[in-house]
Amino acid sequence: MLAEVPFFWPFDTGSMQLALAAAVVIAACAPLIGVFIVQRRQSLMGDGVGHVAFAGVAAGFLLDVWPVWTALVFAIGAAVVIEILRSRGHATGDLALALVFYGGLAAGSIMVGKAGVSHERVEDYLFGSILELKTGDLLTIIGLGLAILVVLGVIGRALFAITLDEEASRVSGLPVAACNGALSVLTAVTIVAAMRVLGILLVAAMMVLPVASSRLFARSFRSTVLFAVGIGVVAAVAGLAAARAWDLEAGGSIVLCASILYGVVALTRGAQQTARTDG
Amino acid sequence: MGGMTPPRTTEAAIEAQGVSFAFGGTPAVVDVSLRVEPGEFCALVGPNGSGKSTLVRILLGLLQPDAGTVRCLGVEPRALDDRWRIGYVPQRHALAPALPATVEEVVATGRLARRGWWRPPSRADREAVAHALEAVALTHLVHRPVGSLSGGEQQRVLIAKALVNEPALLVLDEPVAGVDASAQRAFRDSVVHEVREHGAAVLLVSHELGAVAADLDHVLVMKRSIVFDGDPFELAARGVSLGVHADDLPLWLESLS
Repeated sequence: MLAEVPFFWPFDTGSMQLALAAAVVIAACAPLIGVFIVQRRQSLMGDGVGHVAFAGVAAGFLLDVWPVWTALVFAIGAAVVIEILRSRGHATGDLALALVFYGGLAAGSIMVGKAGVSHERVEDYLFGSILELKTGDLLTIIGLGLAILVVLGVIGRALFAITLDEEASRVSGLPVAACNGALSVLTAVTIVAAMRVLGILLVAAMMVLPVASSRLFARSFRSTVLFAVGIGVVAAVAGLAAARAWDLEAGGSIVLCASILYGVVALTRGAQQTARTDG
Repeated sequence: MGGMTPPRTTEAAIEAQGVSFAFGGTPAVVDVSLRVEPGEFCALVGPNGSGKSTLVRILLGLLQPDAGTVRCLGVEPRALDDRWRIGYVPQRHALAPALPATVEEVVATGRLARRGWWRPPSRADREAVAHALEAVALTHLVHRPVGSLSGGEQQRVLIAKALVNEPALLVLDEPVAGVDASAQRAFRDSVVHEVREHGAAVLLVSHELGAVAADLDHVLVMKRSIVFDGDPFELAARGVSLGVHADDLPLWLESLS
């Protein structure tokens, strides 16, 4: 465990400080991926990959391997399969997701049963266990977060061009298949990085909700990205504080804060538009 | 321009020989041969379902023909290294209204393949974007979100994106479908500027040639195969006036259906 540092309430304990650091990294990284998948109308991709990551966790229990590694392998495999099905037109985006989604859930439930692990251990991954993170967990999350930042720093501009117009990007010579494949892998990495923080069932929400809020008022792609990251971080800090104050599940509290922020932004935006129309 | 066919050079902007393509067992393109010269403004017209967009995708290397050969800027399309020399506006509906991107951001994506897609934009890139927006008369909208623009303005943004590298070949698939007359005039000015000032070859797929009729060098009429290949005067000699009588072309295309 890293040394506990003096900090204000509610982040005055070692476990809350680890949770804060992990939540901020995830809340900053998830919308960076989400901004692309939302624009590509693949908002549920995180859910689909997450359910296969659950099968990976179960495989880890069954094989007695650290579940994060098996989840990473399963999630990357699922993300790549979804992208292949989508890009080759074998299935529409939502059907490709559904095929992978149900298969992953079914395989996960069977393997969990075979592994004979307790419900508590399974729930740690389904709903997150952010207050029980170890220093090693945090370092893994930070490492995966840095990998996401570096890869997006290199391919982010090309991904934006491909998201705007895949066919024209292919004609102009951009590496469309490689960039789409990289986005799929990054989605999988983000889900696995966030798995212990928010839980498999909630992680996709942090890819989508801050982006949905940001799109309501941002006027450029750049500002959409920056606002989404900001909203994600605010939701993470507020959600953790609320969890400490009222003894709530931290993962659910963070996602609920992101939902409330979306509601506030949408209502404010609606009121502004009404005022403009009336004026 | 306007019937002045440029001298034939050894390297065509686009050349196809005996190209055929079928979707499953249904022929879409049958034995098509064509040649578009550098600096030539060429229109490809035909009834709905006549294979125009399929042919364009073959010419650009997005589809592999079942038979025949294609050369784009002198080489087989998929072997072309500097693909940024092709500007392409695919057939499409309007951009998504909620698209969170400014006009400048969208046009700037056109520069990525030329400068190296992993590099940040340079001053030259910013100047090229400004020049392309000037060519389509959208400089005043540079910081506006594209989702807030009209259909005609959005189409000009996409044309500016295609123009931003001063391409040697500009391929436009139904670029003025559903846009009003003033947007069509602005479109005509920007394409003519590209042909005259930068010597680009232009292949325009469109049902609505009225706005550019006087500027065309070359017309190809397609109904799975090429049924007319010549200049607009030859077409006029067959009773199809592209500019004077707006209904001539649609009526003639209908008679081909």
